[in-house]
Amino acid sequence: MLQQYWWFVVSLLGSLLVFLLFVQGANSMLFTIGKTEEQRSKLIHATGSKWELTFTTLVTFGGAFFASFPLFYSTSFGGAYWLWMVVLFSFVVQPVSYEFEHKLGNLLGQKTFHTLLAVSGVVGPLLLGGAVATFFTGSNFVVGKDNLLGIEGAGVISSWANGSHGLDALLDVWNLVLGLAVLFLARVLGALYVMNNVEDDDVRTNARRTLLYNVPAFLAFFLSFVVYVLFKDGYAVNPADGAVFMEPMKYLNNLLDMWYVLVLFLVGVVFVLMGVYVGLLRKDSVCGIWPAGIGTVLTVLALLLTVGYNNTAFYPSNADLQSSLTIQNASSSEFTLTAMAYVSILVPFVLAYIVYAWRALGKTK
Amino acid sequence: MNNIDLASVDWARAQFALTAIYHWLFVPLTLGLAVIMGIMETIYYRTGKEFWKEASVFWQRLFGINFAMGVATGIILEFEFGTNWSNYSWFVGDIFGAPLAVEGIVAFFMESTFVAVMFFGWQKVSRGFHLTATWLSGLGATFSAWWILVANSWMQYPVGCQFNPDTMRNEMTSFADVALSPFAIDKFCHTVTSSWIVGAVFVVAVSCYFLLKKKHEELAKKSIHIAAMVGLAASLLALYTGDESAYKVAQVQPMKLAAMEALYNGSESQGLTVIAAVNPFAQPDYANEEEAPLKLEVPCMLSVLATRTVDGYVPGINDLINGYTDEKTGRTELPLSEKIERGQKAIAALQAYRKDPQANAGLADEIAANMPYFGYGFVRSAEEIVPYVPICFYAFRVMVGLGSLFLLFFAVLLFLTLRKDIAGMKWLHWAGIAMLPLAYVCSESGWIVAEMGRQPWTIQDMLPTWASVSNIASAEVMTTFFIFLALFTGLLVVEVSIMCKQIKNY
Ligand code: HDD
Ligand code: HEM
Ligand code: HEM
Repeated sequence: MLQQYWWFVVSLLGSLLVFLLFVQGANSMLFTIGKTEEQRSKLIHATGSKWELTFTTLVTFGGAFFASFPLFYSTSFGGAYWLWMVVLFSFVVQPVSYEFEHKLGNLLGQKTFHTLLAVSGVVGPLLLGGAVATFFTGSNFVVGKDNLLGIEGAGVISSWANGSHGLDALLDVWNLVLGLAVLFLARVLGALYVMNNVEDDDVRTNARRTLLYNVPAFLAFFLSFVVYVLFKDGYAVNPADGAVFMEPMKYLNNLLDMWYVLVLFLVGVVFVLMGVYVGLLRKDSVCGIWPAGIGTVLTVLALLLTVGYNNTAFYPSNADLQSSLTIQNASSSEFTLTAMAYVSILVPFVLAYIVYAWRALGKTK
Repeated sequence: MNNIDLASVDWARAQFALTAIYHWLFVPLTLGLAVIMGIMETIYYRTGKEFWKEASVFWQRLFGINFAMGVATGIILEFEFGTNWSNYSWFVGDIFGAPLAVEGIVAFFMESTFVAVMFFGWQKVSRGFHLTATWLSGLGATFSAWWILVANSWMQYPVGCQFNPDTMRNEMTSFADVALSPFAIDKFCHTVTSSWIVGAVFVVAVSCYFLLKKKHEELAKKSIHIAAMVGLAASLLALYTGDESAYKVAQVQPMKLAAMEALYNGSESQGLTVIAAVNPFAQPDYANEEEAPLKLEVPCMLSVLATRTVDGYVPGINDLINGYTDEKTGRTELPLSEKIERGQKAIAALQAYRKDPQANAGLADEIAANMPYFGYGFVRSAEEIVPYVPICFYAFRVMVGLGSLFLLFFAVLLFLTLRKDIAGMKWLHWAGIAMLPLAYVCSESGWIVAEMGRQPWTIQDMLPTWASVSNIASAEVMTTFFIFLALFTGLLVVEVSIMCKQIKNY
């Protein structure tokens, strides 16, 4: 039960993170939407007041994952080393670029920091999406908890089975497909956010125009990934002994078994489409970000629940099937999960003051 | 299989140290400046004088530049536990992950939300709300310090946990023991109060620059006045909490204390070394030398500090290797050879148990009995458990020496600001500027003492560094090390340049 709860919390944080990637998405189009110096500065001002939230959500997502499923932490971060390092680099340059770009004495010039923002806006969503895809496609690692007791001294508990340390994930075309889907989703959300937040008709028009190609690209990549996942073999767990085996159409079965997740997923998709519709076709409205945002959270949440619940291995290994991580074998002890569950009661309060503070900031513009 | 590449251990340590040291360049200023900004804004709130608002805004702008760097460097540290210390993350993640998660949920959100109000809210929210936001940003940063220091203290003094052979890891048995560990409390108090010193010195230094340039004299003088009070109070508190920290170290990490003091052979009524000629470039030959050469000491003082009695026994490095019993307190330290033996017993019993838990269920007791020495099972020689003495010894002296200097400096400064007009005292302005690098050196030295002194343990007695790492080739860790070095150094240069411009053109 607690494991289910914590998988839910982590999934929720993950889906909020994907939504908040609109900051990255907007940055990746810094030069497309912001045709002039002035437009770019408006754009940066708009996302610049929100990046902290994205950043903090990533940090909290990491912390919560560590506390609740530490084996994932040690396996994925220590294994897919390069993948995560590149994600981290992209997150390091972001806050400083925001803070430094317009200040005197920034040495490298504004252009450099704008470019850094744009590049990190592409890299972050792409690789995070690719990393999430490995939940469905599997990674190459082995876990042996006894390795620490090696005869010749300590060995490592979880290891990547090849020397590329995570870059191999990018060789799998489906990981790329989801990565691109997340990237284009972030760009769609970014454009919708900018339309909502920047009071400048030129910027709004530019942002709306980007939707013309970002939306089809997102839909194409996303739908092909979904279709692929629904019909592919999935990594199932035998609840009796924890053995992992391949089950045809596992993820489709999961959705059918868990009707509530299916509902979540469908509602989410509908909301996203609504948001896109508003953004693209209702020229008088700038509120597309709301349905699209809510829809994104619900859809991603549903996907993550599909991969964790119903006796599924959420971080499967292709190198050694039995090394795959499940929410049972990767979780913290019951004690820790319980203690942390009490802490998680604070989350609604945290959300409440965030909303309150932002409302207060937005009110008297 | 999967044997650990020792070079990768060194690179992983170097990388952690590098990123932590960079992170710590920004953290103390965040913590310290927050207090001073808070005080100034409170005065503005109470008096309504525009001057104080401008002063608050000025310091907040510098705060923001520094803050961005703190955030950017911090995220690396959090994920580095996973990327570089994979074994560690599983072996103790059940306990260690929790404070990191709480830090995110409770502290970082608070900090980041209210920082946004602080920066973007001057025209938008009421004065009272803005003031609250300023204090809450500082409070959020301080909370975050609390939780990360809980995590760090737990590594130095693991409490509230038990090893579970079925899952091959340590599991938490008491959240309160972990979160309220006495070691954590001391560490928190010392770290935070010492960070206020850094904030105060920073404010003084910038203000002194203005006085030298004869600009913004009112801002400078009033800022110095506030900073001097904060700094003096913080210095006294850092002295007190530092002493408490040293006492705790003596209790739970005697080897660290011995290294800090370059104490090879302990005794009762042990004197406190003020300075001695320890060769800075080589580990001393503690096994054969009686004591460090040219030692100048205060009689009995170390006993007083470490045991709170004049004639208490303080063990040296050799005593800790050979084992000893303190007759007065009854405290016994096993000789290293026996600790190693028991550690190996724990490992062997665990191996057997893991092969067939049912048949070997009887081994559970043996495992539990020897588990406190588990980490020693990976130790092969005495050198491995002695931290590098010269660095611990000198870093400690630098910290305490500079701490005393700051105490004196703030006392003089406060006296002068109360009695005289300091605008014309050029020597004082230069002195104030000179303090700035020293404050950073002092603060970093503190961490160097704390972290180098606990080598080779990532978790005291439980896990040495070479059993903690990930399975990554040393060349790869080396590559990321240099990427971080280049990236952080580049960003630091830009940051300093922006800071200087902001101050110059104000
Ligand atoms: C005593 C205080 C202290 C210490 C020892 C550390 N930090 Fe730190 N950290 C802070 C005090 C702080 C802070 C004052 O709260 C920062 C600095 C600037 C800021 O924005 O917050 C921060 C920022 C910060 C961030 C960015 C948070 C955000 O999104 O706002 C992360 C992820 C970490 N830290 C993580 C770590 C880790 C994993 C550490 C351990 C090795 C660590 N910090 C040591
Ligand atoms: C922010 C200030 C800190 C500084 C300046 C600092 C400094 C250092 C240094 C110098 C080392 C290298 C020691 C060596 O390998 O010889 C080190 C290692 C390490 N520190 Fe810290 N540290 C800081 C904070 C922390 C905190 C708060 C934690 C835990 C939450 C931590 C965990 C570690 C770990 C895991 C290692 C690597 C293992 C080891 O070498 O012992 N450090 N740190
Ligand atoms: C003046 C008397 C001081 C004494 C006796 C003292 C003592 C200590 C001791 C024993 C430690 C190691 C604690 C451990 O290993 O857990 C320590 C750590 C530290 N010190 Fe000091 N200190 C003093 C002043 C200062 C000053 C003035 C600063 C900075 C401006 C400072 C900054 C630090 C920091 C950042 C740490 C690492 C965090 C920690 O372990 O608490 N100290 N100090």
